[in-house]
Amino acid sequence: MNTLFDKIWDKHVVTMVEDGPTQLYIDRLYCHEVTSPQAFAGMRERGLKCFRPKQIFCMPDHNTPTHDQDKPIEDPISKAQVDALAKNAKDFGLTHYGMFDPKNGIIHVVGPESGLTLPGMTIVCGDSHTSTHGAMGAVAFGIGTSEVEMVLASQCILQQKPKSMRITVNGKLGKGVTAKDVALYIISKMTTGGATGYFVEYSGDVIRNLTMEGRLTLCNLSIEMGARGGMVAPDETTFEYLKCRDFAPKGAEWDKAVAYWRTLRSDADAKFDKEVVLHGEDIQPMITFGTNPGMGMSITGNIPTLESVPESGRLSYGKSLEYMGFNPGDKMIGKKIDYVFLGSCTNGRIEDFRAFADMVKGKKKDPSVVAWIVPGSWAVEKQIREEGIDTVLNEAGFELRQPGCSACLAMNDDKVPAGKYAVSTSNRNFQGRQGPGSRTLLASPIVAAAAAITGKVTDPRTFM
Amino acid sequence: MAKEKFNIITSTCVPLPLENVDTDQIIPARFLKATTKEGFGDNLFRDWRYDKQNKPIKSFVLNDPTYSGVILVGGKNFGSGSSREHAAWAIAGYGFRVVISSFFADIFKNNAMNNFVLPVVVSDSFLKELFSSIKSDPKMQVEVDVPNQTVKNKQTGKSEKFQINGYKKHCLMNGLDDIDFLLSNKAKIEEWESKSK
Repeated sequence: MNTLFDKIWDKHVVTMVEDGPTQLYIDRLYCHEVTSPQAFAGMRERGLKCFRPKQIFCMPDHNTPTHDQDKPIEDPISKAQVDALAKNAKDFGLTHYGMFDPKNGIIHVVGPESGLTLPGMTIVCGDSHTSTHGAMGAVAFGIGTSEVEMVLASQCILQQKPKSMRITVNGKLGKGVTAKDVALYIISKMTTGGATGYFVEYSGDVIRNLTMEGRLTLCNLSIEMGARGGMVAPDETTFEYLKCRDFAPKGAEWDKAVAYWRTLRSDADAKFDKEVVLHGEDIQPMITFGTNPGMGMSITGNIPTLESVPESGRLSYGKSLEYMGFNPGDKMIGKKIDYVFLGSCTNGRIEDFRAFADMVKGKKKDPSVVAWIVPGSWAVEKQIREEGIDTVLNEAGFELRQPGCSACLAMNDDKVPAGKYAVSTSNRNFQGRQGPGSRTLLASPIVAAAAAITGKVTDPRTFM
Repeated sequence: MAKEKFNIITSTCVPLPLENVDTDQIIPARFLKATTKEGFGDNLFRDWRYDKQNKPIKSFVLNDPTYSGVILVGGKNFGSGSSREHAAWAIAGYGFRVVISSFFADIFKNNAMNNFVLPVVVSDSFLKELFSSIKSDPKMQVEVDVPNQTVKNKQTGKSEKFQINGYKKHCLMNGLDDIDFLLSNKAKIEEWESKSK
């Protein structure tokens, strides 16, 4: 009567600390340039070597410019951080895919697409969106830099076992409703802290029928309701996606692996600490109107009134709407927007570019809109060109940029100016997230595409 | 980061009665480019603390001389969002040793403890009363007693137990961190590997 999560977690328990946390073995550590330098510095101070260097993979993604990646980074501080990762990887004997390497990209896009992320693994990274990898049936979660240092030093981490939650989404999705909308809908129901302390398993027909990339989008956003991570039991969709990927097992090893992966599902009588059941038919294309991802609603709806918010949260709610320049009761449809961002570890995969391109094909970008179209990895960029998606985008007035985290958190030059509105396919609409004073509306790639064409918040179904 | 040992901390408080204070507000992403842990305290709550001309915003609590102390009191769901430990470094770097809230985001909670900042979870009612005590008397004190795991509002005299596991309590009271523990444990890790691979 074990859950999927129990099966993977329990297998990786090295020991239980008396009256304390669990010492958990980690199969993969991913490192990017922002949250790792202080961990490597700590290793040097203690005179340590990495315990299992072959299980650690490094790549810069947060600071990388989305143009001219063949040239040195202009911002000297960004350059220093990116260079530090390369040096640290070399000094400690770790695999490193540097900027402009064909294997480089956002670490949460590269892990699954290269087959580094496999079902049944434990995976950590100094990045909260590590929850993405759970889509492959892995236990994957974000950690802090001290914890990165723990894994560098011992390939283990000390963690309390989280509680378990199953979110079942039954039924079918309607026209124009994507995995992103499912995620934003779930978060709006759960609130931004509603799954804190839990590890979530997603199930139900809607989840089973999502593509692998849709599941990656969904699990990516698990952290936005506070969950430690989110996961989907591996199935034929997973195996089909993984087969022949660079780092996936091959030949007899593959068959053996698949046989094991098939056992990775919650038992019929598994008990969860919390169960949530939702219905696909209730989900509409979504958009956020506030400054946390839980502040989302159906794109055709009205912004909730102050009275509908619990009293303790009203101060924050009012400040949030004030920051956004919106009023309670406003309709979102028709609101003027200035920027569109397609990309990030949430929606920077090939299917996202196909969906965006299908929507803008034969139309023109509104001239008032600045659009940043940023693939999640060089592999995605290559496929975009192979499929001719870049041509469709160019004809509609969009320019394809080079891969990286980009405007999701604006650590590079892709910053939304103060007071401007961006419809963004990324994961966070926090104050100043996309640049100081920026105002973010989170949405799916097709909602972003519809906004890019009209210059306003638009129901994508009017174009379908 | 200094590993100052914990025992009993008595201090005035800095109140921040907002919910869902996320790590992007605690330390905005543009300050994450450093390769050391120092200096983040200067940019704690940067965009709430300073305007576009880098002048202090007088109404923000950190710029209000009425409030001071090593205890920060935050609204529900403090530290949500990114896993950036820079948020904990900023809070520690500013000089806070304790954060009190009714609810913390998971990753932030771990990061705080790994930097010898103690997150203390109290009930909603205790938190509400604490905010009003601080408002009525900014010089009122709170006592956080780590050995006995109690937090006391010294104005009302009300006290609550808070949770911390025995291992982490031992670490905080003795200035030890998890890496010290893990390094002493390598034989068990190798044993796990040979059994599992």
